[in-house]
Amino acid sequence: MEPTLTLDPAKASGPAAAGALLSGFDDPVADAQAVFRAALHALSHPGRVTPLAVRSGVPRGLSPAMTAVLLTLADGDAPLWLPSGVGADMARFLRFHCGCRIVARPDMATFAAVPAGFEPPALADCNPGEPAYPDRSATLIIEVASLQEGEPLRLTGPGIRDTQELRVSGLPAGFLAQWQANHRCFPLGVDVLLTSGRQLCGLPRTCRMEA
Amino acid sequence: MNASPHVERDAHYNFGYLDESTKRMLRRALLKAVAIPGYQVPFGSREMPLPYGWGTGGIQVTASLIGAQDVLKVIDQGSDDTTNAINIRRFFARVTGVRTTESTPEASIVPTRHRIPETPLREGQIMVFQVPISEPLRWLEPSETETRTMHALAEYGAMHVRLYEDIAHHGHIATTYDYPVIVNGRYMMRPSPIPKFDNPKLDGNPALMLFGAGREKRVYAVPPYTRVASLDFEDHPFTVERWSECCDLCGSRESFLDEIILDDQGTRRFVCSDTEYCGQRQAAQAHDAAPEDQA
Amino acid sequence: MYVAVKGGERAILNSYRALAQYRRGDETVPELTLAQIRQQMPLAVSRVMAEGALYDPHLAALALKQAAGDAIEAVFLLRAYRTTLPRLGDTEPIDTGRMQLRRRISSTFKDVPGGQVLGPTYDYTQRLLDFSLEDGEARTVASARAPDAAGATPAPLEAAMPRVTDLLQHDALIDPDAPPPGDPAPFDLTRQPLGFPAARPARLQNLARADEGFLLSMGYSTQRGYGNTHPFAAEIRYGSLEVEMMIEELGAPVVIGEIDVTECQMVSQFAGNAQEGPKFTRGYGLTFGYGERKAMSMALVDRALRAAELGEAADSPANDHEFVLYHSDNVEASGFVQHLKLPHYVDFQANLELLRRLRADHERQHARPTAAGPADVPATAVDSPAAARQEVQTP
Repeated sequence: MEPTLTLDPAKASGPAAAGALLSGFDDPVADAQAVFRAALHALSHPGRVTPLAVRSGVPRGLSPAMTAVLLTLADGDAPLWLPSGVGADMARFLRFHCGCRIVARPDMATFAAVPAGFEPPALADCNPGEPAYPDRSATLIIEVASLQEGEPLRLTGPGIRDTQELRVSGLPAGFLAQWQANHRCFPLGVDVLLTSGRQLCGLPRTCRMEA
Repeated sequence: MNASPHVERDAHYNFGYLDESTKRMLRRALLKAVAIPGYQVPFGSREMPLPYGWGTGGIQVTASLIGAQDVLKVIDQGSDDTTNAINIRRFFARVTGVRTTESTPEASIVPTRHRIPETPLREGQIMVFQVPISEPLRWLEPSETETRTMHALAEYGAMHVRLYEDIAHHGHIATTYDYPVIVNGRYMMRPSPIPKFDNPKLDGNPALMLFGAGREKRVYAVPPYTRVASLDFEDHPFTVERWSECCDLCGSRESFLDEIILDDQGTRRFVCSDTEYCGQRQAAQAHDAAPEDQA
Repeated sequence: MYVAVKGGERAILNSYRALAQYRRGDETVPELTLAQIRQQMPLAVSRVMAEGALYDPHLAALALKQAAGDAIEAVFLLRAYRTTLPRLGDTEPIDTGRMQLRRRISSTFKDVPGGQVLGPTYDYTQRLLDFSLEDGEARTVASARAPDAAGATPAPLEAAMPRVTDLLQHDALIDPDAPPPGDPAPFDLTRQPLGFPAARPARLQNLARADEGFLLSMGYSTQRGYGNTHPFAAEIRYGSLEVEMMIEELGAPVVIGEIDVTECQMVSQFAGNAQEGPKFTRGYGLTFGYGERKAMSMALVDRALRAAELGEAADSPANDHEFVLYHSDNVEASGFVQHLKLPHYVDFQANLELLRRLRADHERQHARPTAAGPADVPATAVDSPAAARQEVQTP
């Protein structure tokens, strides 16, 4: 089933008083389940764009989709890296609602979240896992400008029947080369979730990507 | 039609029974499992109200997936009516209130033990397999430390040798269920004790296949449209069984058949293991026959 | 004409009724109360708490009643209940040196500061069935109520009795038992799966909730040559202590309850190596409630699992980390052993057919020595199940 996303503008990061904390999910149990299913669907069908339909407070600087993914997956057992320079409100929101530790370096993180306007760390700088435990690796969540327009990429591999086209704008220069290097490391590597506004797209390390 | 209409949702328990922290831990593990097809992801399995060995892994995976909109079918040995399938279905009715069904096409999540349904699955459906022993190399090597290393190095020669020894002794590979496969050209995986008859269904299936071993504390996955190759040899290619008999109830010659012994003399009948598939075929045949009856 | 089996749901509901009757037994006999179980079967309650990994004598008594006295089934009930409880945090480590002691013995010294206190033990009873227990009140209870030689009920034990191992440590005779540098949070077996190599904190947690029978046998094996530890019981103590938890907002620890525990410290010889001189090494056992056999067995097995890291021979079953730690949990073991009761007829069918085919091949080869081989299908096989299945290649 395709989950659909509608965002409630009243819950977006509006003129909240400094120090007032935004709410998390409207319905924490059902919303986390819906977002998880969307993320599972996204990684099971790489390159497909999935809309998210949950309501939550959205701190300034984060998109609704990135907020939803972090509320769903980050917690005290899954440390989070954020680029330096993100707002204090964003960090406070995430610490409060997720209970996660925010770590200093991307290689220490289970999730490395890169909101709009920030440069993602190199894939090679994130934790690729260990040969006996490739699952102990990072997932990078990158906010991009668009998942509808931009450079067309041709994807193949598990989850894709023949090929899947993905158009994305806002990935850093050199991402394709980094991704191909990441793919060659299989089973080690990092996995990527792309968010854009209210949309989600998954790139598991198994995905082969060409221009 | 709700397959468990008499079971009330029990509000004492969180939706899906597991607490949210446990669900998050499982959800992270499942996402990694999908990203590394066939690789066993360790997870912090919890004690569940059903015993270890009775499907706690499949139950935990299902509990972390399921939402109010899902439609749940539960089968064991291919049937919705075996005691364990009923028990698990009642459990989920009690802790989620989700609609349950016996219909394969209607279901969105299908926890299963030892069979894949005969009705082809479609994109968007999720199979959840109950796994007793997750490690394909376990009978060759009891040590987990060793088998982890073997998977890391893709050192699978010993399994090929083991299968070839069967051919040398018996003329056939002696493994008929839980038949080992290679997923996405890399990880050796146990598909759970499904008969090898069902192995071809895993290859390139449009549905998502998730595997849960609660006691062994591992989950693994085969994403949709993924290559799953059963182990074999050039001179002994992988084969599946066919029956010369057909189903006594619906006449199917394509499905996996259960052997039923009817009397002391050993009189045998064969019937479809997949009771829903069989029932659908019977209903279609009755429908086709009806206009003639009314004539 | 075969008619398909239905009615599984009704069968299950009927089994609930049959079980309820079995559990209750003869209704003219008064029903067991939880208070009776708690008070008069405290050792069963202790075992269920220890292996259930949940300290709650009331719930343990309930589990025993619901399980009709089956300890492992009761442990399972408690563990499943434990899964539903919210996780609030970790307590401060308990200090067994400050226990309110009811029993404290040492076999390594004739006398120790605070003395040897036997307390409530079966150790020196004669194992003769006491038929006075058949009536309501036992003779032994009556005699316990009589004043003792001193004319008064026994005085409470001294509040602090130094641990024997602390005395040995004072003289640098024993390996120190300090937390690792930085005092990191210990591994939590209830939230993460065991990985190997498993560090001692993870091993001890596994052993603390392990099946008593399994540890007893493993410990016993180390005393009979399957292991090399030659242990002494430096100290065994049983009593109660307070559990504290640090509350951040208050900035101070708060007592959240009082529990009974049993602790056993075993010491064994260590020959030493190039880096260290010889000294005693520890085996440690700790259980909820009163569980001396378990605490002692746990200490023996803990020490056996340390053999490799102490540079000793480690090739006995009790030295094998994976063997011990993967098979110690009776909830896992019971579930998997008993799962064989579940329907397995699909896989059995697969095996049955293969066996029939192999036997048919075998008979063919013996009946006709010049037979071409397994590819032939016997001419008489039309009705035989062996030919009911043929092999078809997949594309």
